[in-house]
Amino acid sequence: MMWYWYLAVLVGMCGLAWLFRWKGQQMDWSEFNNKFRDMPYSVAFGYVLGLAILLWLYWAYFQGHSLHQETANKFFFLRIAIEGFIIFAIAAWVFRLFGRNVGTAGTKKLFRSMPLTASFGILTILIYAIFAIFAGAIAPYGQESIIPGVAANIIPGGDPELGGNPDFPLGTDQIGRDILSRLIYGAQNTVGIAFATTVLAFLLGGTFGFLAATLGGWLDQLLSRAVDVLMAIPSLIFALLLMTIASVWAPQLGIPLTVFMVVIIAVIDSTRVYRLARAVGQNIVVMDYIEAAKLRGEGLGYLVFKEILPNATAPLLAEFGLRFCFVFLTIAALSFLGVGIQPPLADWGTMVRDLGGFVNFAQFAPMAATAPLLAAGAIALLTVAVNFVVDWMLQKSSGLKE
Amino acid sequence: MSEEPLVKMRDVWLEGRSDETWNPIINGVDLTLAKGEVLGLIGESGAGKSTLGLAAMGYTRDGVRISKGSVEFDGIDLLTASAAVKRELLGKRIAYVAQSAAASFNPAHQLMDQHVEGPVQHGVMGRGESEEDGMELYRKLRLPNPDEIGFRYPHQVSGGQLQRCMTAMAMSCRPDLIIFDEPTTALDVTTQIEVLASIRDIVEQFNTAAIYITHDLAVVAQMADRIKVLLKGDEVETADTRTMLSAPTQEYTKSLWAVRSFERPLKPAVQTGSTPVISVQNVDASYGTVPVLYDVSFDLHAGRTVAVVGESGSGKSTTARCITGLLPPKAGQIMLDGQALPADYRKRSKDQLRQVQMIYQMADTALNPRMSIGQIIARPVEFYLGLKGAEKRRRVDALLEQIELEPSQYYHRLPSELSGGQKQRIGIARALAAEPKFIICDEVTSALDQLVAEGILRLLARLQDELSLTYMFITHDLATVKAIADEVVVMKDGRVVEQGPKQEMFTPPHHAYTDLLLSSVPEMDPDWLTNLLTERGVDNIGDAAVDKM
Repeated sequence: MMWYWYLAVLVGMCGLAWLFRWKGQQMDWSEFNNKFRDMPYSVAFGYVLGLAILLWLYWAYFQGHSLHQETANKFFFLRIAIEGFIIFAIAAWVFRLFGRNVGTAGTKKLFRSMPLTASFGILTILIYAIFAIFAGAIAPYGQESIIPGVAANIIPGGDPELGGNPDFPLGTDQIGRDILSRLIYGAQNTVGIAFATTVLAFLLGGTFGFLAATLGGWLDQLLSRAVDVLMAIPSLIFALLLMTIASVWAPQLGIPLTVFMVVIIAVIDSTRVYRLARAVGQNIVVMDYIEAAKLRGEGLGYLVFKEILPNATAPLLAEFGLRFCFVFLTIAALSFLGVGIQPPLADWGTMVRDLGGFVNFAQFAPMAATAPLLAAGAIALLTVAVNFVVDWMLQKSSGLKE
Repeated sequence: MSEEPLVKMRDVWLEGRSDETWNPIINGVDLTLAKGEVLGLIGESGAGKSTLGLAAMGYTRDGVRISKGSVEFDGIDLLTASAAVKRELLGKRIAYVAQSAAASFNPAHQLMDQHVEGPVQHGVMGRGESEEDGMELYRKLRLPNPDEIGFRYPHQVSGGQLQRCMTAMAMSCRPDLIIFDEPTTALDVTTQIEVLASIRDIVEQFNTAAIYITHDLAVVAQMADRIKVLLKGDEVETADTRTMLSAPTQEYTKSLWAVRSFERPLKPAVQTGSTPVISVQNVDASYGTVPVLYDVSFDLHAGRTVAVVGESGSGKSTTARCITGLLPPKAGQIMLDGQALPADYRKRSKDQLRQVQMIYQMADTALNPRMSIGQIIARPVEFYLGLKGAEKRRRVDALLEQIELEPSQYYHRLPSELSGGQKQRIGIARALAAEPKFIICDEVTSALDQLVAEGILRLLARLQDELSLTYMFITHDLATVKAIADEVVVMKDGRVVEQGPKQEMFTPPHHAYTDLLLSSVPEMDPDWLTNLLTERGVDNIGDAAVDKM
């Protein structure tokens, strides 16, 4: 009976937590004395629980190295995750150390107060940016080139003993295209288009939001209600609908479908930006310095660009990061559904869809199942990285300490 | 035990964390407080008075720590006491009254629910008993409808009443020590009196010891048995109130005492028939459908200062908004040099806008935090006078010199890098940059420490003499009026109650409301409050004088 064991472990942990606190109270460590004396039982239990989880992870990690293939397969992905976590943490730490010692006084100061998560985020974004910009030079093959005479081989690692092909470090897809090259080009396509879309969304939403906040009255009502209507429709379904219409128009008008996609997603996402810009703007508009500028007789342009915008940059920048993630995920989702970035252009969403079937191998051949996870991991990693940076910027701009 | 002091703080050092280092806030201050004694803690903002007051409860705000010293309350060491021991003391035997009652009450609960929480939690009384006791306290604090007021929500009672409810709440467990952190600073003078009198009464009745933190010397003179003066975290001196007032030994204390001595010489009366710079004529105004001003008229003559006084809500600032054109009046008009100004500021010409400038109460919100001092002052110079490049820079430097700030040092700074007084000076420079005739000063000194405020008043007076400016000075502080005004306009409930030259206004007979305002300004005499209350009749402070009108 398995649940018997679970119960025994739980009771054991409760006892351990009590023992831990009691022992701590008996010891004579001058700084920790007050901590143990005022420690609620729940906190003591938390310590023990945390320790138990760490121990389990430690055990599971070595299970992943087990010579017994079946056991090792079970813990394969957990092993990769733990290794990845440690490698990323070290990379972030080294990057921060580098930033603290190289550069101008300003950047050094920035890196000194930076949490590890933020330096990880910045490092990741930098790497993505480099891959996206220099994709043509870095990628070993073209994104559309079907390498003749190469069979599909999705085993990454390039180790012939495990069934890989040394010429293609991450393998080749069903029709013989290099997965590594497509991943690199995917950074250019997916990230580049997402960036353009987010910028457009901010131009639209920011401009109208500030206008509504500054002028108020009927313009504010008109814009806000229009935005309410757009926001009332579930955004992915709305985008899907519009994309279906656009895919009929695009060939007739001779405009690439991608342009339609950028505009559609930008308009839908600009409604969220509008809300934020208007709210932030309204808080700034009531300040005395805005009143002083109005009484001076300043025009609308000066008010918006010189007085309001500089004071709204922090929340808008943070929103930019978040919005970028959402746009990026929307594009990946649309591509996954087949109406986004069109083949043969490489795109992470499409790659997940095309290779998705291999996930079923996870149980007995985990190496083969990694193929679709590579593109999915690329999406997840960037999303996490951007969010870390955004969190850090928000904390900095709101003046929160620790 | 009765000879043993209630609170004993020995060589207390407090540090605050900013920019990743610990900076000293309080440097080795001793403090003792006997049972039933009231100690006044005074000092400028940033002197560490509040931090020290909280440390007396064994509490520090986030990012503050007690690095050295000991705090004992009735023989219990608060710094090493366990959380359980402290929980037993705080609220029950030690209570705290915060500066802003409006921000400290939970707006979602009735006052009585918050009042009974302490006694019930500490097991002092049951809920019913505690409610009855609360009503009794409300009665003692002379709140209107004491049986009913506790069942209102915080937003349904006025600021002064809320402050008294908070005192009642602090009293609910009959603590041995209450810490009052500037409880009357945010209140009007007339309301302040009621709160001061009730706090003093109740502290005396229950023989409670108190630490009274304030920057207002006249207030502390009424409340405290002993006064301790703090300057930048150091103790300057401690003495009995009477000794301290009559014979301060330290230079700093003397300078604090002398603050209110600034007064300008009287100016000759206005020549009859001269055109006023600004003339407010029969102005009615309303916010939406709620009328706020009724038939307000007064004149401002060149080179003179008119002080507009009144409680909050009396329409002082609304009058200013009418003059600037932010709130177009319903009836009546504003004349500039004998010419009618368009009611709406958007319809005024650039030159008309230039002539009327404004200085704001909160310098923090009046300066764009993302612009440097140079940019802030240069903008009106460029906008109105069309100066560019080196010429503009020279003008800005001249303005900075006029407000006594070194141009090379301040030109590139951001507002956040300046002190409150310096920010207010930048506000003045921005107004001057337009080369106006007329400046509205909206409570420009009320957010500043007294020494700094005096500096601002002297600067404004000097600028007026040099540039023959006309000021409209909105204030609720009659000491400021005495210092700077030539003429006084008293407002109440949107109406002008009385107006005339300063010397007339400050000598009797006055209008009843003016009398109430004048007599409510605390004086440095420690007997002032007692005398005033006897004069007015203790049971109906404030109300009596209002009824007379």
